[in-house]
Parts: sequence; C-alpha cells; structure tokens
Amino acid sequence: MALDPSFLEYPLRRYGMDHERYAWSMLTERRPVAWPGGRKLALWVNVSLQHFPLNPAGKPVALPGNMSMPYPDLRHYTLRDYGNRVGIYRFLKAFDRYGIRPTFAINARLAERYPSLIGAIAERGDEIIGHSWSMDTAHAGGLEEAAEAELIKRSLDCLRARTGREIRGWLSPGRLESAHTPDLLKAEGVSYFCDWVNDEMPYRFNTQHGDLWAMPLSAEIEDRFLIVDNFHAEASWAEQVKDACDMLLEEAKTQGGRILSLSIHPWVLGQPHRIKHLEAVLEYLSGKEEVWSASAGEILDAFLRQPAL
Amino acid sequence: MKEDPGYYDYWPYRDRPRIRWPNGARVAFWVAPNIEFYELNPPRNPQRNPWPHPYPAVPGYSIRDYGNRVGHMRQMKLLDKYGIRGSVSLSSALCVHHPEIIAMCRERHWEFFSHGIYNTRYTYGMSEEQERSMILDAMETIERRCGARPQGYLAPALSHSEVTVDLFAELGGVYTCDLFHDDQPTPVRVRGGQRFVSVPYSLEMNDSIAYAVNKVEPRRYGQMLKDCFDRLYAEGAESGTVMCIPTHNYQVSCPHRLKAFEDALAYITGHDAVWLTTGGEIAAHYLEHHYDQALADIAARQPGAA
Repeated sequence: MALDPSFLEYPLRRYGMDHERYAWSMLTERRPVAWPGGRKLALWVNVSLQHFPLNPAGKPVALPGNMSMPYPDLRHYTLRDYGNRVGIYRFLKAFDRYGIRPTFAINARLAERYPSLIGAIAERGDEIIGHSWSMDTAHAGGLEEAAEAELIKRSLDCLRARTGREIRGWLSPGRLESAHTPDLLKAEGVSYFCDWVNDEMPYRFNTQHGDLWAMPLSAEIEDRFLIVDNFHAEASWAEQVKDACDMLLEEAKTQGGRILSLSIHPWVLGQPHRIKHLEAVLEYLSGKEEVWSASAGEILDAFLRQPAL
Repeated sequence: MKEDPGYYDYWPYRDRPRIRWPNGARVAFWVAPNIEFYELNPPRNPQRNPWPHPYPAVPGYSIRDYGNRVGHMRQMKLLDKYGIRGSVSLSSALCVHHPEIIAMCRERHWEFFSHGIYNTRYTYGMSEEQERSMILDAMETIERRCGARPQGYLAPALSHSEVTVDLFAELGGVYTCDLFHDDQPTPVRVRGGQRFVSVPYSLEMNDSIAYAVNKVEPRRYGQMLKDCFDRLYAEGAESGTVMCIPTHNYQVSCPHRLKAFEDALAYITGHDAVWLTTGGEIAAHYLEHHYDQALADIAARQPGAA
C-alpha cells in the first residue's frame, strides 16, 4: 500500500501563495484607511435577490438553498419566492427608517421575471451588482469556459438593460467560481467581485485582462449560513453582528477604517419572526456616529481615493 | 485493522497518583493555535477529498487564507494581552509560504509542534516509508525555520495510520495531541519503547469542532470554555488536570466571535492556581515527575496484577 509519489511532492511550497491570483499580505501590514467624514467603520449591507427555479439542473453543482425534495418541491420554491414578494418590502422599509444604503445582488432571471420589483429597486438609486442568471447557474469547476462566458454576458446584459444601470460589481451564487470566472468577469466590464472571503479590506486580484478588486463580503456572519445552516437563533445573529461591530470599531481606533459587511436574504431575515432582529441591528449600527453606511462600490471608491495606496 | 489502537491500558480516573503542577497550580492551561496552510489544488487522496467543491474550491480555501491574512494577528494580540504563549500546531509548509507569521511567534517564544506539511495532505493510504518521510520533512523544516525540533505532533487534518504515533516517537518526538481519552497526560505505548506521552488537546473545546461541526453560537462557545475550566479547576485541586483550547485563526478570530473567546481567556487567566504553559512544557514536566509513577500505577491496576 502506498500513495502515488506525487502525493509526496510539493512543487508550490514557496514564498507567498500557491497560485498567482493575488499577493500574500497581512491586513495589519497595510496603510490605515480613512473613510469619508472621519468615520471608522464602513457598513455594507448586501441583499441577495434570488430566483430558485423549481426545476434546477444542479450542474455542475447544486447551490445552497436549492430545491431538495422530489419535484415539484413547492415548499422550497415558494419559501424562497416569499422573500421577493413579502420579505424584501420589509427590508426596504427598515433600510429607509434607519438610513441604510444597501447594495442589491440580483439574479438576472429575477429581473426578467419580476419587472415591478426590479423597477422599485432601480428607482431607489441603490447600487445593483450582478448575481449570475439564477440560483441554478453555479460558476464552478466543470462549467465549460465558453458556456460560462455566455452566462456572464447574458446575465450582465439583462441586468443592465432591465435596470438601466451601470453594473460594476458581481457576487457569484454560493460564492463558487470556476478557474475562469475572474477573467471572464473582467472581460465583461466588471471591476470588483465579492466571492473570496479571505480578507476584510479590498485587495487586487489578477486576471488575464487586468486587475479586479476583491471586496470582502463575509460568509461567516451571513444570515443564511448562521440561521438556516447552523440553526442559530435570530437573536444570536443580531448579537453576533453587534459584537462584530464593537470589535471592528475598537480595532479601527488604532488600525484605520474597517468594513462590516452583512450579506442578507429577504427569504431568511424577511420572515415575520426575524425582521425585528434585522431592525434591531440596523438601529444599533445606524446609532453609531463612527459607522458609515455605503454601497459596495462607494466603499471601494473611497478606498481607491486613499493617498499613496 | 485492530479492535483497539493499543496505545494505553485502561486506567480509571479515580484514585490515581496526584499530578503536581509547578507552583501548586491545579490546571495546566494551554492554547494551541492551529496555523495551517491548505492548498488550492492538492493531489487527490484516494480516501478523502480535501474540498467539497470542484477546483477551485473558493469558499473553503479563501476562509482558511483569511485566518493567515487577518485572523492570526488578532488572536496573537489577545494571547499577548492575557500572558499566554501559544503552542502552534503548524503546517510546516507555512514556514516557507508565510515566514512573517513564524517570525512573530518566535519573537514571543511560542512553541511550535508539528501538524504535518499541509493540511490538505492526508496520511490515509501512505506506506510506512512515505509517512516517515512526510513526518521527518515537517520536523526538519520546523527545526530549521522555527529554532527547535518539534516535540509534539498532531497529524495533518487528524488523519492517521496505525503507525503514526510510533513513527513520530522513533523520529524523536515526545508527545502526541491525537488522543482524546483523558483530562490528564498519560503514558503512550509505542512500538520502539520510547518514553512518550499524550498531552490532552481537546476536540470538545476546539473552535472548529464547536463552530463548524457542532454549529454552536459564539456566546455559548465562550460559556462552554468557562464551564470546562471551572470543572477542571475544581477537580485539579485533587488530581492535577490539563485544559487546552485548540483554535483556528479563521474561526475564533472572526469579528463576531472574538469577544466570546476573550471573555473566556479573561475568566480563566483571572484564577490564581493556573499554570499558563505550552504542550511541550506539560509533556516535559510529566515525563520528569509523574511518568514512572503512572506506569507503575497502571501496571498495578491491570487484571491479574499482584
């Protein structure tokens, strides 16, 4: 019994990363960042608006939150759709009440299916970013490059046409990527993406067509991950966000501006028994003078305006 | 395959010879930060797939990279604040990838023990010669880059063979973190007969087990740490116990989890009769003062002993 000899070879054991996508860099080694108005913590509230088809192909992989019962899985289809019909309007009311500037990641197929919802979002003037075609279009290893190029182009073209907005950001469903995703996004005019959870500040990501910016959208504190996957109580999610805010504000006193990113879903937190916990969080965060609520693109722009970056 | 790993004989907790830690401490307390490197595209082990997604496994790889880019520094500052030297469970390749982290730990006189080369290279399926070569490679890298040959071993990703512990002892190791059978150090029987011990690490208090496997909420994790300590502190007055918190810089250092961890550290270090120490120091103390007595007591308590 023995493993193939390649299992004991380490060709990429070298300084830095074991790939060429970005440079190794510790957060604390970087120049401190100052946010507009002297504020310390940029708050990025990212709302994913999603379409889960009733008949998913699940290729090359099934995405989180998908249909899991035999066809037709009405319970999961309609529970996801609830977010787009009911939950999102609770979100919007809460954002307006607490002066939050959200960012919306939208499946293009949803924009096509629900023009009135997308019209209402576009009218608000909030930033919109790409979120692929649907929750059945995983960008993952096994997806042919040409098919992925078409998928990205179709999604961005549709979202740009339906919203009349420039789309410069992207969040891949389930944060999955193929080996080509960053290159294809850059080729389609995307300037930042939010899939990699390895940092808390923006950093440069290499592609064949020039640099993308990687924006740090935490997955560990996401509502779906904590409440749906980990079975944490709603109140615990809220407590965790407050703890994160306090910790980052403390760190910002000595290390410069930080980002608190909250990825949320109207089909999770938009439920009647959960919405008050989102509201409590937004009340807590908006009550702090050091917190700057901004869209992902605004945060990136402020980051890029820093002297001698 | 065997019914029992054969490393130790049954030895009931009650009525054991008491362990006396330095300065009358009841509990030897150590924190073991796992500082790991996971490869983006490792060779596929026939028995265990490192990533749940096809290449590139962005979610799994990137959160672990977060630990080194962001989390390490936060945890290190916290351990500094509470006067704790980490006992690093080290993927030895990290010495080459991220020497800056090694330098910071060395400045603080932290201990380094071996956690293999990469946490994406499993022991499963290796020949004995392959495993020896992997263990030796990691030990030599750590000796060269961290200033001392590692005394302890936690197999990479807790992947073992039947001879893992034997091989490590033969290559000069002194203690293993791979066994979870006790709250005290115990002698470990190895085929070469070396004086070799188990130092209690912990799965139950391991942040990855708590957060990623058992999915506990951060405040509950903090409470679990305090409750574990309270009991081991109380019993330690009679028996002499060990408490370990194994951590991962991508789990415990996330902004929403750090407070709970800090609360527990403040609580534990706020007690007098606690020995803040490292895995290697626990092993050395035990080998010098208690190992022989333990062997004799274990032998006397076996069925058929005179």
